[in-house]
Amino acid sequence: MTTPPTTAPTQAEIDAAIVEADRTAPPDPHHPNRDYPPYRSSALRHPRQPLLPIVDPEAVELAGPVFGATDVSSLDSDLTLGLAGEPAGQRITVTGRVVDRSGRPVPRQLVEIWQANAAGRYAHDLDQHPAPLDPNFTGFGRCLTDDDGSYAFTTIRPGAYPWRNHVNAWRPAHIHFSLFGTAFTQRMVTQMYFPGDPLFRYDPVLRSVTDQAARDRLVARYDHDLSVAEWSLGFRWDIVLDGPISTLFEDR
Amino acid sequence: MSLPPTPAQTVGPFFGYALPFTGGGDIAEGPESITVHGLVLDGAGDPVPDALVEIWQADRDGSLTGAPGSLRHDQVTGEVIGRHGLDFTGFGRVPTDADGHWAVRTVAPGPHRPGATPYLAVAVFARGLLHHLHTRIYLPDHADALRADFPDTGADRLATLLATRERDRRYRFDIRLQGDRETIFVDLR
Ligand SMILES: [Fe+2]
Repeated sequence: MTTPPTTAPTQAEIDAAIVEADRTAPPDPHHPNRDYPPYRSSALRHPRQPLLPIVDPEAVELAGPVFGATDVSSLDSDLTLGLAGEPAGQRITVTGRVVDRSGRPVPRQLVEIWQANAAGRYAHDLDQHPAPLDPNFTGFGRCLTDDDGSYAFTTIRPGAYPWRNHVNAWRPAHIHFSLFGTAFTQRMVTQMYFPGDPLFRYDPVLRSVTDQAARDRLVARYDHDLSVAEWSLGFRWDIVLDGPISTLFEDR
Repeated sequence: MSLPPTPAQTVGPFFGYALPFTGGGDIAEGPESITVHGLVLDGAGDPVPDALVEIWQADRDGSLTGAPGSLRHDQVTGEVIGRHGLDFTGFGRVPTDADGHWAVRTVAPGPHRPGATPYLAVAVFARGLLHHLHTRIYLPDHADALRADFPDTGADRLATLLATRERDRRYRFDIRLQGDRETIFVDLR
């Protein structure tokens, strides 16, 4: 086990920094503040200059990449297949709809996920957490949304894992999501969490979203109707992509 | 109707086995192609070895239609084998290496509407970056047009959006997340 340097803050110090960041949070609560001291790696990795606002109905960013049948294989949406055996852990299905802020579905777009295995370990050399790797778990998947914007993955429930932001820091279990909209402005990378996780309150990454209602939108809902008898538990997580799109696409 | 959006979260440190794909930096190859490359740097001037750079751009003729096939799969093995090189997908994705360096091979984009100043749209993701950033790469031929497009922004700042020509068909563009010569990041509205 690797011990964090003794200069690392304690959880109590991080908790105090979270309270302070909540108090000084800017009024737009939809997304994390990139300057978020409790997540210590953000210190040197956020711009200090304001973003340059651009209003241009014909900007390149109002279109975006497109994907098709050749960009995913039929096995890509099932992270438990393709290797010799069944991965350890609890099989789950995660499904939901990708829509824009007007509620319109985002059809035939690429959804990518990656996650730790059931023991909380990533299949990545830099993850040296002393938990077992799972030779039967790929840890990443892709799919295209259907015409209704729906996506679905079969995977296993990931474990929580330690990290070195502070002493005794643990990430709540989560699945990383990467999403494309109809415009590059809607590009989104985020994380899905599982309901009722006791680690939520301690985690500076989740708490970087300072508004409780916004944080709740990162948490999937257990859906018993999605669970399959003798097979898997079902979770539903709908995603709303932010950002303007071209008016040329309004009627698409 | 305006639904509240799903919040962004950092890409974290472990995207490397999931998001980069074979040929992700080879947007276009051939005699017309150019190389655009550079570093991602943090506020201390240190390279960022765990960033992901994505490019979206118009074709040489200015077309923004794009095409599928950036992540073309082999149907036997299921592996991503990369694009076939006939269609222009307009999309590239490369992780920074251990030195914080990234590179793509592509074509210089054409004007996406008559009179428009061409540029490559960029999205940057990194561990430590809670919400990704958008910036733009303008090639040096378009320096005057860039300044005309943003008359209220100082030339010093705008220079952070200009790639520099290192030699024929090779351009350098560093992305400075913070500090001296911090890159302009844009907010499309
Ligand atoms: Fe993670």
